[in-house]
Amino acid sequence: MKKLFNWSALALASAIAMGAASANAQQVLHRGLGAEPETLDVQLSTGVSEAYIATDMFEGLVTYGPKAETVPGVAERWSISADGTVYTFYLRANAKWSNGDPVTAHDFVYSFQRLANPATAAEYAWINDPILNNEEIRTGAEKDISKLGVKAVDDRTLQITLKASTPYFLASLQHHASWPVHKATVEKYGNQWTKPENSVSNGAYMIVEWIPQSRIVLKKNPHFHAANTVKIDTVYYYPIESQAEEFKRYQAGELHVTYDIPSDQMDFIKKNLASEARISEYFGTYYYGINMDKAPLGQQAKLRHALSLAIDRNIITEKVTKQGQVPAYGWVPPGVPGYQQQQLDYAKMTQAEREAMAKKLYAEAGYGPNKVLKVEILFNTSEAHKLIAVAIQAMWKKVLGVETTITNQEWKVYLDSRDQGTYQIARAGWIGDYLDAENFLSMFASNAGKANNVRYKNPKFDELLKKAAVTQDAKQRNLLLQQAEKIFLDDLPLIPIYFYVTKAMVKPNVQGWQDNVQGFHLTRYLSLK
Amino acid sequence: MFYFTLKRLFWAVPTLLLIITIAFFLMRIAPGGPFSKERPVAPEILANINKVYHLDESLPEQYLRYLGNILQGDLGPSYKYKDFTVNELIGLGFPVSAKIGGIAILLALLIGVSLGILAALRQNTPTDYTVMTVAMFGITIPTFVTAPFMTLVFGVLLTWLPIGWDDDNWTSLIMPIIALSLPQIAIIARLMRGSMIEVLRSNYVRTARAKGLSERLAILRHSLKPAMVPVLSYIGPAVAGIITGSIIIEQTFNIPGIGRHFVQGALNRDYPMVMGVTILYGALIVFFNLVVDIIYGFLDPKVRYD
Repeated sequence: MKKLFNWSALALASAIAMGAASANAQQVLHRGLGAEPETLDVQLSTGVSEAYIATDMFEGLVTYGPKAETVPGVAERWSISADGTVYTFYLRANAKWSNGDPVTAHDFVYSFQRLANPATAAEYAWINDPILNNEEIRTGAEKDISKLGVKAVDDRTLQITLKASTPYFLASLQHHASWPVHKATVEKYGNQWTKPENSVSNGAYMIVEWIPQSRIVLKKNPHFHAANTVKIDTVYYYPIESQAEEFKRYQAGELHVTYDIPSDQMDFIKKNLASEARISEYFGTYYYGINMDKAPLGQQAKLRHALSLAIDRNIITEKVTKQGQVPAYGWVPPGVPGYQQQQLDYAKMTQAEREAMAKKLYAEAGYGPNKVLKVEILFNTSEAHKLIAVAIQAMWKKVLGVETTITNQEWKVYLDSRDQGTYQIARAGWIGDYLDAENFLSMFASNAGKANNVRYKNPKFDELLKKAAVTQDAKQRNLLLQQAEKIFLDDLPLIPIYFYVTKAMVKPNVQGWQDNVQGFHLTRYLSLK
Repeated sequence: MFYFTLKRLFWAVPTLLLIITIAFFLMRIAPGGPFSKERPVAPEILANINKVYHLDESLPEQYLRYLGNILQGDLGPSYKYKDFTVNELIGLGFPVSAKIGGIAILLALLIGVSLGILAALRQNTPTDYTVMTVAMFGITIPTFVTAPFMTLVFGVLLTWLPIGWDDDNWTSLIMPIIALSLPQIAIIARLMRGSMIEVLRSNYVRTARAKGLSERLAILRHSLKPAMVPVLSYIGPAVAGIITGSIIIEQTFNIPGIGRHFVQGALNRDYPMVMGVTILYGALIVFFNLVVDIIYGFLDPKVRYD
């Protein structure tokens, strides 16, 4: 009888079809995003959620590597003049926008000028102040924006002239404020250029859908110069503000990666999902700022140190925050290459020794059972900050007998109080914009304006910062900054509590996730098993 | 009826104007502004931002400018979400909130009215007590308890239903609609029961029974319509509130509705956004109150509008 059906042929055909299908199988990643982005315009956005999208969609002269290290981006190589003031970037030939246009040096000139232009009202315009005339243009002192020290020598060569040698300049170019935008698109659509139907980007991904408060969908940019290394075809970003809900969606299998981890579930996670919780040091410090304009704390360094000594930071990080935060006895967090972390003298003591020293200093400042210090802690409304404030209130009472009141205010009101100086001690946090100690110290120069929210004034500190700003030798410069931080810690205008950590749940089948101190995990380096 | 409607629509205008004016000035009393951040904005940049948004003008000038824009249908830019105008955000969010809220209300009416009638007909029996107890739970347990509980049970443990809203997947609407409708079912059931009991004792129903009308007709034709009046009084403004979304439901299920804008807009000091949703809400309340008043005329023959 004739075989009506050739089973082996069918089996072979199916195998080939399945093989082809899996080779073509789309890799789709689902990530949590935290807050809804305020804008997707790289020159205007300021937050972390916005930065995640910006670093997936765009690429600057340099960009973030798999471990967030500084790697060539659109520029394949660069040279720096002997005196450190002229940077020449050589752009790669195959850098293209998502609409096929080549990325040229003129795009960068346009974007750098756009950042500095006061009409753009970019909050991060200051980040390029090392560039010649950037500060003058953005403050309006210089009206001609073409005077900015950024020139296109030709289509593929960009020359940037600095005011003075700035060792951290290359690192600061990692921030997306310096990344290029497509001039024709921006000029045609105005503030609507970021919408999916208009957007043009030069990074690994382009935006295809944006439903505010629900999802942002990015698809692989076929014109990206390294497109063949990008494994994830489509990435869905979900802005989920509630950490508890984000964690539930992760457990239900709707997310591969979360933006954060709810702290009240840490114990459960450590017991059951420890391998999926990725907790890593983050370049930021949580601190209590002291209003240096207010007596008695503003005048008596001994009181400030006493308060700092009386805090048991191990209890705070192990029992209150519980997420692997590191107790901080210095201001600049670890992770800056070539910078030696500074610490308060009492970092290595036991807590018992610290408390003894606290009591001594408190008495020397003239306080005791007959003269009790009264302080007030201000924090922005949040359960986490409240727990820490309550713990510190108890510690100060137990060790020193200090009477503390704690107040919380809604975020905007809290910011206003800090600006106006109507607080005594205010909880705050600072995350570095780029990997350099200067970013943590310059904000407390006496002429830093509102950024100096503790109102710290020390001419020796200012002097060291000024000298460091013009020092070319990296080692020498770091030494000067270290000295500045030492003075800062001796004066202690703020009490550092802990160094931040980034925390994310990552499914086991996600590959390429590398912990790093800047907290960047670009989708182009990830893949699904 | 026609003149009644016209008069009501006419009075809606000064009502809305009053709402807009009060909201406009009241919002700016709270300390803090839309552009304050952890990293303070440089004064030159802030000056430019203020110029772009006309915040450097005097308050009365800003108010008149805003009114002028509204008349042309322009609710202004969002101060927080800089790539969108308020019109865009409401245009994207309102249909989503309205769809979920609308289905929830219909479900609540269907189930709530039926349960209320059942309890009223079986007054003071175990059925009645069961329905009322369940209703009590529905009213007292808040949505920020029921919603996360549902996501835990049906989303995480049983994985029967998706947690996150997905416009391509209608099953993602099931949990939010149920969570939204539960308290409404409870309230409507209680209202319906109470008014139904009263109506069943009324003279015209007694007359109908005396004349030999069947119980079913006595209920359906004569009792149901007048008994709905208190329910309707509640439903009018409630619909306006529900179709503008609930921030808790939206945050729990990641629904891109406009409910969150009422709260988040205020916290962000996003003045145009808050004004926009306030105007929408005010207009909806005026509209639904009018609709409810007109429906009264059809339900209760004693109601006259001239």
